[in-house]
Amino acid sequence: MLAAIRRFFDERGVLEVETPILSHAGVTDPNLISFRTGLHRPGRANDTAPLYLQTSPEFAMKRLLAAGSGSIYQICKAFRDEEQGRRHNPEFTLLEWYRVGFGLDDLIAETDALARGLFAERRPLGPPEIFGYRELFKERLGVDPLDVDFESLDRCARSLGLPEAAELCGHDRPTWLDLLFAHSIQPQLGLDKLSFVVDFPAILPSLARNKPGSPELVERVEIYLEGIELANGFHELQDAVEQDWRFERDLQERRERGMFLPTKDSRLIAALETGLPDCSGIALGLDRLLMMLTGAQSLADVLPFPIDRA
Amino acid sequence: MAIVSTAEFKNGLKIMMDNDPCTILSNEFVKPGKGQAFNRVKLRNLKTGRVLEKTFKSGETFETADVVDVEMQYLYNDGEQWHFMQPQSFEQYGAEPASVADAKQWLKEQDICIVTLWNGNPIAVTPPNFVELTITETDPGVRGDTSGGGGKPATLETGAVVRVPLFIQTGEVIKVDTRTGEYVSRVK
Repeated sequence: MLAAIRRFFDERGVLEVETPILSHAGVTDPNLISFRTGLHRPGRANDTAPLYLQTSPEFAMKRLLAAGSGSIYQICKAFRDEEQGRRHNPEFTLLEWYRVGFGLDDLIAETDALARGLFAERRPLGPPEIFGYRELFKERLGVDPLDVDFESLDRCARSLGLPEAAELCGHDRPTWLDLLFAHSIQPQLGLDKLSFVVDFPAILPSLARNKPGSPELVERVEIYLEGIELANGFHELQDAVEQDWRFERDLQERRERGMFLPTKDSRLIAALETGLPDCSGIALGLDRLLMMLTGAQSLADVLPFPIDRA
Repeated sequence: MAIVSTAEFKNGLKIMMDNDPCTILSNEFVKPGKGQAFNRVKLRNLKTGRVLEKTFKSGETFETADVVDVEMQYLYNDGEQWHFMQPQSFEQYGAEPASVADAKQWLKEQDICIVTLWNGNPIAVTPPNFVELTITETDPGVRGDTSGGGGKPATLETGAVVRVPLFIQTGEVIKVDTRTGEYVSRVK
């Protein structure tokens, strides 16, 4: 699988890169928890500078893009604390790539080509499906995710066998959308083909640019196969001011939830200020991909040593 | 009682939920890459036997339930309660009709059952997988008919009714699988 991926990008002239797994800055997204460690200068064991294990190589790769690298890809380890289950391991392998000059449509086409090539021999995939998030929500659940009031969301959840939803989600729209999507829409996506869901609500955290003409949406894509989320991609946000504002919004959310406040990545902001080329990027979970290529039911079946035995 | 969170949930763990003891049948961690983490949990309510599915926010905590399964001998039914005895300690327990539920049609005195105790009180009774019971009533069959087809209803000493082959007669002892309620064989 790894060799086939490298061949795919090599043929398309995309450069393989490596960026540090450890960083002085952490991810601010309130739904991602970084592993934290510390740096000690030689002989200064008591003097700790915080370091974070990356939750994805996104920030470092964008700094390379801003420095003029052109299209790049990376296969690396990423780490997310407090995530463990049949489809989650705190340490996992990501394939992340950025294509300069690509819009979301080009990126979707390339991802489909990569996946179909990988699956061709074992279990050929049908032609992909593409849905708008908002339309999909309306079609499957009968409510507009951006306009619907909490009472109607509660009614919708009850009809789906989720009477506990109101208590879990309260008046937090992103949580409502995540719960209903994960419970009632996602399991039906990507049956024997890739399903691409595009144009996510801007209220869900992301590093995607706003959709021209629709400020309530962002140019983001999520990819599903057999009801499992495989990848998440953006038409990348170039605006340093907007990015800084989103970091601050994330930190405010973390403050309200009483969570740890990481150092925000000022080097990424600085890189955006010097200019990120127009590009799209996507991160694909390779452990999950391998799981689906081999028909395994759990990540534990494809990982040599899952976290409990690591 | 100890406190556990969704992170410690594993199959067979017994917790208190809505004031009832429940056992966890499955637990799925659900988290969109950029979204809120949930646990989708399937539980069996140990009092009612009902299976329910419920979603929790990851990290939510619960009290564990003091539930144990104990092998006990069935003694007698006094019209109100079913009485069981722990063979080692000779300690006796009285189970309410709701706890005995469907198990009552298989309970024969002296048989060893599994009694589920919650805080020391019986909340469920599981009969042995196989019981041997005497037929108290069945239509006379045709002698020499050993074919498996057809069959006829037979009432057993405990009141249970099972389908038996035609050659089985009143007064005979048969072996029954209590999990399916089906006739297994004749006991000589």
